[in-house]
Amino acid sequence: MIPGSFDYVVASSISDAVSLLQQHGDEAKILAGGQSLIPLLRFRLASPSVLIDINRIDGMEYIQETDNVLHIGAMTREAELDNSDLIRERYPILLDTSSLIADPVVRNWATVGGNLAHADPGNNHPATMLALGASVVAVGPDGERVIPIDEFFTDNSFETTLHPNEILTEIRVPAPTDRSGGAYIQLERKVGDYAIAGVAAYVRLNDAGQVTYAGIGLTNVGPTPIKARNAEQFLLGKALDDASIHQVADMAAAASQPTSDTRGPAEYKRAMVRTLAVRALQKALGRATGGE
Amino acid sequence: MSTHHIHVTINGTAYEGDVDSRMLLVHWIRDGLQLTGTHIGCDTTSCGACTILVDGKATKSCTMFAVQANGRQIMTVEGMEQGGKLHPLQEGFHEKHALQCGYCTPGMLMAGLALLQRNPNPSEHEIRVGISGNLCRCTGYVNIVKAIQYAAEKMQDSEELSVPAQVALAREASNGD
Repeated sequence: MIPGSFDYVVASSISDAVSLLQQHGDEAKILAGGQSLIPLLRFRLASPSVLIDINRIDGMEYIQETDNVLHIGAMTREAELDNSDLIRERYPILLDTSSLIADPVVRNWATVGGNLAHADPGNNHPATMLALGASVVAVGPDGERVIPIDEFFTDNSFETTLHPNEILTEIRVPAPTDRSGGAYIQLERKVGDYAIAGVAAYVRLNDAGQVTYAGIGLTNVGPTPIKARNAEQFLLGKALDDASIHQVADMAAAASQPTSDTRGPAEYKRAMVRTLAVRALQKALGRATGGE
Repeated sequence: MSTHHIHVTINGTAYEGDVDSRMLLVHWIRDGLQLTGTHIGCDTTSCGACTILVDGKATKSCTMFAVQANGRQIMTVEGMEQGGKLHPLQEGFHEKHALQCGYCTPGMLMAGLALLQRNPNPSEHEIRVGISGNLCRCTGYVNIVKAIQYAAEKMQDSEELSVPAQVALAREASNGD
């Protein structure tokens, strides 16, 4: 399959990319890892007239923790998350997430920023970042702004609140506390397929074991990435035990909006959200309290 | 539509040419340069038959534009054999009968090579994860895993053993299968 015609330009810096976006407006698309965009172009589901390649910009691939914040450069490849000691030791939920994206060859080019900016409800990072309470940095002609992740996705599939002349440059994740932990679990038909359903859960506990923060994100069970707000609220101040975990899993399932397709009927997917939410919360609790 | 003049080194040889911006890398390699060892399977970024190394990274060449490869180093399956001698991975695929129709084989070899370069002594699980982006519809993967294990052993031994000893080891390994 051959994509339609387009012009190709290489951005030499972030500001260069922004001015190219200004110049070409809605007709342009940013080419990051290309592992979602190029298939879309081949299927002719997207037909931008200009591709702005940001792979040659130096300094957009990094994973570093400073001042209690994890900074991930938007062009960081998923394979870098897979192989990072910092991620494995301090942010295992991110390793859960990256290692289930597509397959290892795709992950050599696929980027964390692209996974978010593409805003596919089937992508993994949106749910995880919603659970973590992350934020993203966008750079436009007027400089940079920080967007909380729960204000990044809109009510429409494949849409974000990025302006057409803005580029996503960094993802920021709060560093773990003494008693915090998260996990991402998804059910998939085979390696490389999108999830039938996926659940990300992240909790912080106080010394008494009560939940002081809960984040729950859902993958591929609705038109957009879903933040299960009622379920998160319900957990605040409670201890995570069998009863509360099962109750909150019911609420996560209620927040899902699956449709029936080749991956299964809606009812099945909702049931899987419930099951995966239980498992993700149990794993998150285990990690928060010192186990794996 | 823009046209670009690109320079790419493939298997140590410098190539250049004019490409349309929409030309996929795999089409340039196969149709433009006539290096047809790299296969096109699914054309949907799923099967991995088109896997090559770009700057040392396993890459699905149907999911990169030729123009993106400008200035980069590429290795395709044609670059594996050296001076008429099969690469240990190729030898392993032969010895362990790791192919039937052979369509996925170039991609499997490149994915296997990328894995062994990063992890010279992988476990069976690590091998299975390493080739999980490459689909084989004939073999059930068992012999592909064996072939990569064969190559891993051979490549480690080759640092210590003389060439005749390597050959003897290869014979022994193949008899024992």
